[in-house]
Amino acid sequence: MIGSEIPALIPVTYILFAILIPLIGLWKREIVWHLSLLGTGIASFLSAWGFLHLINTGETIRYYFGGWTPPVGIEFVYDGLAAFIVLVINTIAFLVLIHSKEISKLEFPGKKMPYYTIAMLMMLGFNGMVLTGDLFNLYVFLEISSLSSYALIAIGEKRAPYASFRYLIIGTVGGSLYLLGVGFLYTVTGTLNIIDMHAMLPQVIGHSSVVAALILMVIGVGVKAALFPLHGWLPDSYTFASSSSSALIAPIGTKVAAYILFRVVLFLFGVDLIDDQLPVTTIIGIFAGIGILYGSIMAIAQSEMKKMLAYSSVSQIGYIIMGISQANPFGFIGAVLHVLNHALMKALLFLVSGSLRSKEGHSLITKFNNSYRKKYPWTMAAFTTAAISMVGLPPLAGFFSKWYLALGTIENSNWILLAVILISSLLNAVYFFRILEKVYLNDPEEELTEDTEIIENNEVGFTMMFPMAVMALGLLVVGIFNAYIVNIIFTMFPAGF
Amino acid sequence: MLDFFMGHYAYWFTMILLSVGLYGMLLKKNLVKKTIGLSIFQAGVILFFVSVAMKEGATVPVKADGLPVSEVANYMNALPHTLMLTAIVVGVATLGVAYALLIKIYNRYGTLNEEELLDKIQ
Repeated sequence: MIGSEIPALIPVTYILFAILIPLIGLWKREIVWHLSLLGTGIASFLSAWGFLHLINTGETIRYYFGGWTPPVGIEFVYDGLAAFIVLVINTIAFLVLIHSKEISKLEFPGKKMPYYTIAMLMMLGFNGMVLTGDLFNLYVFLEISSLSSYALIAIGEKRAPYASFRYLIIGTVGGSLYLLGVGFLYTVTGTLNIIDMHAMLPQVIGHSSVVAALILMVIGVGVKAALFPLHGWLPDSYTFASSSSSALIAPIGTKVAAYILFRVVLFLFGVDLIDDQLPVTTIIGIFAGIGILYGSIMAIAQSEMKKMLAYSSVSQIGYIIMGISQANPFGFIGAVLHVLNHALMKALLFLVSGSLRSKEGHSLITKFNNSYRKKYPWTMAAFTTAAISMVGLPPLAGFFSKWYLALGTIENSNWILLAVILISSLLNAVYFFRILEKVYLNDPEEELTEDTEIIENNEVGFTMMFPMAVMALGLLVVGIFNAYIVNIIFTMFPAGF
Repeated sequence: MLDFFMGHYAYWFTMILLSVGLYGMLLKKNLVKKTIGLSIFQAGVILFFVSVAMKEGATVPVKADGLPVSEVANYMNALPHTLMLTAIVVGVATLGVAYALLIKIYNRYGTLNEEELLDKIQ
């Protein structure tokens, strides 16, 4: 039965294509794009199938590599949360890679083969991080995905290598701190398996190594997730990378890091155990709240669309981490739902900025004007959908995750964070509606000349429009069928909720 | 007090290495020196793992005659060492990527000094 092999098959698909693309790319350069689509397509199909299989049977699949049972061997744990995240990231990667066909011709001509190879390696790393049940194995996958994303970010504008180098320094320190935390935990428990360690931790709790390990791991993963004071690498990296790199990394990279935070805080330690020792959830809640406001305010100050979206990412990752910090079922649902919603919204917004760059050669908000709605009617419609969803108006998806996050803060009587959610929604409205205003309303100061130039429809091609349309529809579908999704998320709770 | 220092000297050593690495990354202006600092930082973590596997009076984890395996005190823990082989490989790969980026930066700006670089970017 292939169902039980799914956790291993998804990363193996990416390894296979990471090898196939350079080999076949030497012989036939033009088909690397098709190959990368085939790879991500197979992985998305497998993860969708596995997800449905998991919902129907309700059984967590634990895949033991080489037949070695844990804690001796390494295992992949395919539970509800992992299956959900894997499905989200693979589908987003598939859609973004469809869009990358035109971008790759414009922004990095002749470098398609290395680009797609590295993209496959990065997806291997992210899938491995989500699936693995072993803390050291997680570090290895973390570094695989990080090294590939440094390389992907470096493919871009003139400043991209320097932005990437800064990310490399900060990211590697984060990874090393995480590894040091794992070392502390290993010395007191003698195991690296997450499930095994979760069972052992109550016996050694109170040991100073455990507290130190917790702090080191949260800081290490926080760097990767761009939690507020550790976000310094993010804006430059996302701005100067090529459009399809940032569309690939922005929705996936920080989400996977937030998922690791889920694993560490809720599954490995467990909320009760943590708050016994150290008010970690309160502290990351405060930082997440500051990050939400800081990201939104900085986004308003930007005049370049990609940089605005990058700061908006800092703010949105704050929502997810705030959901974890509430440590109640509503906060958990809100955070998991926001992983899905934000991945869709941010991918869509970065794709729109990529499409505009491919047609206009820039994405400066100050140069936007109302000719865009005639030139790119469908692109702007997709942008509007994403913008409204980011602000959080029903029935689009963004409303529901904010709703559950707000319920989570109410349940904890945490009124300050509730105020943060509401204020940041208003700030989101400020920075998205100023673009909508430029695009859809006539400039009152401009004289109404009748017929200076006839604006022609200059819509982007099918390979660019299709993924944007799918994501915009996806936002609507996720919003409307949100009750079903929440029911599924209910089955993913960690033990003890 | 002295016992506290002597008894944990491996950990003090790790902390010194981590601090030296962080100092290099934060305060050195040359990007190559930052990379060296990064390397020292990683080496600190690696040596920490290696040092926790140490046991007094134990031998290398290869089965020897007269030393029963069931007596775990006879052998050192092999796992941290094998983990660190992987971590060293990761560190080498990181350095490779870092130097590739530095070459790109040098080709584009003609300098590896951070202050000059920031001036040229502005």
